[in-house]
Amino acid sequence: MEDKKKLEILDILSRDSRTGAETIATMTGLSPEQVAEVIGDFERRGIIKQYTATIDWEKAGVDKIVAYIDVKVVPAREVGFDAVAMRIARHSEVRSAALVSGGNDLRVVIETTHMNELAKFIAEKIATIDGVAGTSTHFLLRKYKDDYSLFEEPEVDTRLVVTP
Amino acid sequence: MSAETVHGLKPRGLARLASDLPVSGIRRFFDLASELEDVVSLGVGEPDFFTPWSVREAAIYAIEAGQTAYTANAGLLELRREISRLLDRLYQVVYNPETEIMITVGVSQGLDLACRTLLDPGDEVLVPEPCFVAYKPCVTLAGGIPVGIGCRAQDDFRVSLAELARALTRRTKAILLGYPANPTGATMSRAELEAIVDFACSKGLYIISDEIYDRLVYDGTEHVCVAGLPGAFPRTITLNGFSKAYSMTGWRLGYACAPPEILTVMKKIHSHTMMCAPTVSQKAAIEALKGAQKNVADMVAQYDRRRRIIVDGLNQLGLACPSPRGAFYAFPRVESTGLSSEEFAERLLLTERVAVVPGNVFGDGGEGHIRCSYATSIPRIKEALTRMRRFVSSL
Repeated sequence: MEDKKKLEILDILSRDSRTGAETIATMTGLSPEQVAEVIGDFERRGIIKQYTATIDWEKAGVDKIVAYIDVKVVPAREVGFDAVAMRIARHSEVRSAALVSGGNDLRVVIETTHMNELAKFIAEKIATIDGVAGTSTHFLLRKYKDDYSLFEEPEVDTRLVVTP
Repeated sequence: MSAETVHGLKPRGLARLASDLPVSGIRRFFDLASELEDVVSLGVGEPDFFTPWSVREAAIYAIEAGQTAYTANAGLLELRREISRLLDRLYQVVYNPETEIMITVGVSQGLDLACRTLLDPGDEVLVPEPCFVAYKPCVTLAGGIPVGIGCRAQDDFRVSLAELARALTRRTKAILLGYPANPTGATMSRAELEAIVDFACSKGLYIISDEIYDRLVYDGTEHVCVAGLPGAFPRTITLNGFSKAYSMTGWRLGYACAPPEILTVMKKIHSHTMMCAPTVSQKAAIEALKGAQKNVADMVAQYDRRRRIIVDGLNQLGLACPSPRGAFYAFPRVESTGLSSEEFAERLLLTERVAVVPGNVFGDGGEGHIRCSYATSIPRIKEALTRMRRFVSSL
């Protein structure tokens, strides 16, 4: 099977991870067995890491504190940024961690339910790491878009119901 | 105002030509469907995607910058240049932006201009059908006589040369082609179109080619720009626009390309009746051509997936539906249900609240079919199919 078809499967799943193999098969012209095989392969190889849902927690009435933390790192000899990044990333509160270009080195996103939990986390778990030179924390105030989904504009079809 | 209460002499009556035009069959279904709630519509002939943001943004910027005055009659030269580049790049057809391209108010206006430019009263135009509902009325309004050429499902709704030849008379002036087609999704191959062009050449006919769905082709189908075929250029008016490929239906923007002798007359009419196409739309269209090609590719990929889902679904319902190669319509047969197109569509709408358009409104060859647009999200398509399954099982 050509790579283009495999990437198509990934694209479909990335838009709606609940799309079944049968449906993907119809969309791509492959057989359900072929689709299932490709997906299984991707899962085993860690190309598909997980299937989640994009949730509007605010709408759900759940308060979450989300912080975007820029971490300045002094890279260690031989291991560079990786060691520090992984030490931070392994914490369950960390939603995402990435090495980025620019003024600061790591961009970390943390989610907790209470402000003091967050403060404690940063002070005790991040700032204290050997190699962390400083942190700069930004709090999420409002989400407009996440995972390609707009949070504000509902998907209402405003077109005329029948047109030539 | 009744005859008894009229003050003074009653005016002589409205123009026959316009008054006698039949009401579009779609109108009835629109009226019916708009009154109902919770309708899942497969009856929409426009994209469900928003105009790409960069294009909208370019328009907003143009408004803010005060670019709101008339443009040149033929449209912004920069836009015409981009169109020329596009047609050359996609189809290797070269139109001079200064003398052979004009910007119209949608393909609709382009078609109207084409008809009024080509047709003397009583001139006939061969119109393969089922076709877009406005084709024949446009010919009629220009004083011409539309001659419908019925196409068959067994030919994938491609018009046959033999049928065209059979319908030829002394008064035949032009052939009106629209591929990829609304409502059938049919496309024509290069060889088939070459044969039609040869026919037009041998009989001295003009060709009007509405190629609005040119970018929406699937299964490796190649769109053929008719004007690029041998012998076609001097006698062809190419109509295209931004409504479908760039989701700009409401912006009312299209273009017409033709050799200078033809275009000059079209521009003359345009200068009196329209002055120019909307300036802001033209500005936005420049951005569409320069910066939104990736959006087009994305949309086509999405349409393709939906096409497969809807065709598969309709066939599973027992409504025979071959896979269309262009546009965004599936045109399945409903004969197996024993109902006519209108009966099927009306009962489906009233019992399951799914709107489709009965095929007969599109002309000869459409009876026994319904038009299902897949310009709508996959969840909605699936919901429509579920409801249709219930409906068909209940028959």
